[in-house]
Amino acid sequence: MRTTHEAPAEEPQPSGSPDDAGAAAPLIEASALAHRFGELEVIERLDLELAAGEVVGMVGPSGCGKSTILELVAGLLEPSAGTVRVGGRASAAERLANCAYMPQRDLLLPWLAAIDNAALAPRNRGASRAEARAEAGPLFERFGLAGFEAAPPAELSGGMRQRVAFLRTLLAGKPVLLLDEPFASLDAITRAEMQEWLAGALATQGTSALLVSHDVEEALYLCDRVIVLSARPAVAVAELSVPSPRALPRNQTVADPAFVAQRERALWAMQEAAR
Amino acid sequence: MRRWLPPLAVLVALIGIWELAARWDLIADALSIEPFLVPAPSDVADSLWNDRGLLAENAWVTVQEVLLGFAIALVVGVAFAILLHRSDTLRRAFYPLLMASQTVPVIAIAPILVVWLGFGIGPKLAIIALVCFFPITVNMLDGLRSVDPELPRMMRTLDASRTQILRRVEIPSALPYLFSGAKIAAVISVIGAVFGEWSGADEGLGHLILVAQGQVQTARVFAAVVVLSALAIALFGVLALLERRYGWWLPRRARVA
Repeated sequence: MRTTHEAPAEEPQPSGSPDDAGAAAPLIEASALAHRFGELEVIERLDLELAAGEVVGMVGPSGCGKSTILELVAGLLEPSAGTVRVGGRASAAERLANCAYMPQRDLLLPWLAAIDNAALAPRNRGASRAEARAEAGPLFERFGLAGFEAAPPAELSGGMRQRVAFLRTLLAGKPVLLLDEPFASLDAITRAEMQEWLAGALATQGTSALLVSHDVEEALYLCDRVIVLSARPAVAVAELSVPSPRALPRNQTVADPAFVAQRERALWAMQEAAR
Repeated sequence: MRRWLPPLAVLVALIGIWELAARWDLIADALSIEPFLVPAPSDVADSLWNDRGLLAENAWVTVQEVLLGFAIALVVGVAFAILLHRSDTLRRAFYPLLMASQTVPVIAIAPILVVWLGFGIGPKLAIIALVCFFPITVNMLDGLRSVDPELPRMMRTLDASRTQILRRVEIPSALPYLFSGAKIAAVISVIGAVFGEWSGADEGLGHLILVAQGQVQTARVFAAVVVLSALAIALFGVLALLERRYGWWLPRRARVA
């Protein structure tokens, strides 16, 4: 029962997911990826594969270059060495076209209503305001934001803002979600709630996602497998399978002895790498 | 309402003191000039009422100059700021010149503009637009350049084109800055109009001041000045209202880079 890739029943992906990726070809494929900012070596060497429908986490100490990895995958940065492909395509523009990036801060535009923030991607693709809202509306219902469509971001709680930011990312309709410490700015209780919510959202949407976090427990709870990174310059020091299926109630999962054992292994690997 | 009370009280007190000083010829005696050269506020009020037709006629001329000149500066200034924002090369070439241009005393070149553009509305518009251009352009450019750099990146991952980023993120972010600049420009636009009219005009409040001065109708001079102030305050007020409506999302002093 406790195997690595036991994702819950998967639905078709959101619009825009290419079928041409094929069943076998990984959605994200990075080999010998390295990056430096001038003299500063941020990523020493990284190999990564992410299959369709899979959620992979990367954990590492603060400042180890986790966000840089996502920016490389997203096509916002070009790697100094090595290659990264998304959906089989290596050019920055095509990586950008295939990835939806959810940054650490919600970055909601304060002058737009919640629903217009969520519907930015359809608007950018040429939909009218009404069409974009019609596209975002059902997701507001589904993700517990019904009734808050017209609210300006300033009137939303931290958790609700993150949910709107997640919907905005989802409505980009890209095959891969890149999640950069999505809940780092939330308080502990809200964060736990949001992790559970996100686990459910990822499972029901059948979304493929790459998540970075400094929170080992969060990564293990949300992902199918977790890669542990060293301090800068980052290399992968361990890869852990996650014992429990995703999207179980959080309190149930994190108390599971097998889960606790993996969490300790991850922490130990991080401590070893820091030496 | 309570905010308005202290300045209003001070204003009323000042006017009262002036009224008494003028009535008792204190100012005229102190300056050794004829009492009729120092009109009391009540004389100015009389002039405001008695000359209302004359004042309104000339105020209308000045209002047109100010609104048109301000509008030209707004359109050209915003467009120029966007251009400099989009092109690093242009910004490096023009920004220092833009700053240096502020050292040119526009008042000094006003007579030349009259020679070039004639006695019509042309030179007035040019002078008003010139004095308004700088605060509008510089504030708009500052606003565009202080946009949270993560926002355009986020928009790129949401399939936004460069123009969509400008329209949906950068211009809205810059609006509070634009309003700050526009409010400064509104106030000095009236001063620009007066200088423009002083350099050669046959109508307008500035012209009226010159004529009244020649005729030693000091009360009328002050009446025209009161109308000019009211004009500047009204324009400022309209912009402040628009700002409250459209520029609220950024506290005015939050100039975070």
